[in-house]
Amino acid sequence: MQLINFIFKKLLILLFSLFLVASLTFFLLKSIPGDPFSQEQAVPEEIIKSMKAYYGLDEPWHIQYFKYLKGIATWNLGPSFKYEGRTVNEIISEGAPVSFILGAEALILAIIFGITLGSIAAIKRCRFPDHVCMIMAVIGISIPNFILATFLQYFFSMKLGILPVARWGSFTQSILPSISLSALPMAFIARLTRGNMVEVLEQDYVMTAKSKGLPLFLIVTRHVLKNSLLTVVTYLAPLCSGILTGSFVVEKIFGIPGLGGWFVTSITNRDYTVIMGVTMFYSSVLMTSVFLVDLIYYFLDPRIKLIPRSASHG
Amino acid sequence: MDKIEDLFIPCKDKNLHLQKVSFVSISFWEDAWIRFKKNKLAFGSLIFLLILIFMAILGPFISNHTYFETHLHLKNEKPSKEFWFGTDELGRDIFTRIWWGARISLFVGISAAFIDMIIGVFYGAFSGLSGGKTDEIMMRFADILHSLPYLLVVILLMVVMGPGIPTIILAMTITGWINMARIVRAQILQLKELDFVLAARSLGAGFSRILIQHLIPNTLGSVITTMTLTIPAAIFTEAFLSFLGLGVQAPIASWGTMASDGLSALRYYPWRLFFPAAFISLTMLSFNLVGDGLRDALDPRLRS
Repeated sequence: MQLINFIFKKLLILLFSLFLVASLTFFLLKSIPGDPFSQEQAVPEEIIKSMKAYYGLDEPWHIQYFKYLKGIATWNLGPSFKYEGRTVNEIISEGAPVSFILGAEALILAIIFGITLGSIAAIKRCRFPDHVCMIMAVIGISIPNFILATFLQYFFSMKLGILPVARWGSFTQSILPSISLSALPMAFIARLTRGNMVEVLEQDYVMTAKSKGLPLFLIVTRHVLKNSLLTVVTYLAPLCSGILTGSFVVEKIFGIPGLGGWFVTSITNRDYTVIMGVTMFYSSVLMTSVFLVDLIYYFLDPRIKLIPRSASHG
Repeated sequence: MDKIEDLFIPCKDKNLHLQKVSFVSISFWEDAWIRFKKNKLAFGSLIFLLILIFMAILGPFISNHTYFETHLHLKNEKPSKEFWFGTDELGRDIFTRIWWGARISLFVGISAAFIDMIIGVFYGAFSGLSGGKTDEIMMRFADILHSLPYLLVVILLMVVMGPGIPTIILAMTITGWINMARIVRAQILQLKELDFVLAARSLGAGFSRILIQHLIPNTLGSVITTMTLTIPAAIFTEAFLSFLGLGVQAPIASWGTMASDGLSALRYYPWRLFFPAAFISLTMLSFNLVGDGLRDALDPRLRS
């Protein structure tokens, strides 16, 4: 019963937030003076009229608003203003898979190396490996991904010529972009893992395992890791969001035909339907992942069920 | 039987000092400062930041150039005696532009963090102390606002309101205060159960007096730590937006726009990217290290 209640509450928040984003996007873009057809050259009145009628811009705003909401609900996002004959749906279905592959690679890299670095730091606490790992983590947080990306591109592609400079298609072309995307989340995961593992390592059951003579590697993988990764799971949602926004610049720098690059071009082009569509797509992906992470966390940690939600929220 | 007084020998004067409390009593902040100074990385970063602030104020006056003056015959010059960090594609002095960029980055970072702090502390403290339904509603509202994808909102606002520093700061504070509010609320929830609050209440202190006089000062440690960690995030956002062409506009120099311009010339004039990139990274690194150092120094559990 508590579980159903919990899911219901979270789902309600999810839907309401999505509605909020949709409305916010709509009204913000409506409040800009001018429309997508205002150009430097004078266009005959009739043409503008028929274009507005074609895109449904001549109707009163509340009808446009409901049509827009209906379009989102049925996932029919309308035509692009700038690229004739292309719909926003097409743009998303072309760009999203590329961004998804890139994001997934970065995510896997970040999780594997983040957890490894964090564990090493926690086990060798306050000794040399710890300092090295943690300094690496702070640097990872402090170097913006667009700088890291250009640096990697300059060093590995231009100076050494080992990896391709840009474009998309083969695995080698995805190495540099996914490394530059994964640096920040990797550093975050490493810090989180270390923080939790340091506490877990002091628990009694770890002492028991040690006194049984279990080798350190087994203690960590069998007993410690599971408990120290719980909070890392909660970080997965903001992690996805970081990778996603990071992909805007990384895709621009490496010339990758993903959704992030499209989003940036649509902003500079003022292609409003694309901006609205991609914002909605991103928001729904992100918020759904937050929702799923909440669910996963609920199932993973049995302790959560014992305390009422409101108390565990603090 | 002896009198009780005879059983005791009067203490000689020379032993009296043993009774004295030999420790100098240290206040919480003095102790934190001592511990902060021991952390060499954090202390070094603090000094770097102080130098950066100093140079952001004085730097533009040291050089003989202004940030907008162009030398078209001296384009893309290497770092030299005349142009310490070289020049860009319009022959503008990068050294001067770096310090103007520092002004913008620091201004954006510090004001965003400050506004976040004001809103977040009062919102969080009010919500935490009120408790019950008020708390529930206020925190749900924060949850919903927090679930909006932050950078998307920022970008949307930039598109609508037009690029510029006030827009950047506003855009960053719309969702930025929530983190602060959550941290403060969590602390208030613990603090309000303590006896000194009960004592204050029984002496007749009202809601606002307890909030402002007794509770908020006690959250100051984590508030300052959170603030120092908000500043690099704000600096990053400004650089990120400027890099995408959504931030401050030419001819104003910002580290983000300078890095973006330098990117196209990376192959032949790497110093045009190097200096802004190095300053963004070093500044963010220093703020993060100072923030980490403060967190350790202000954590009473680590007090020795």
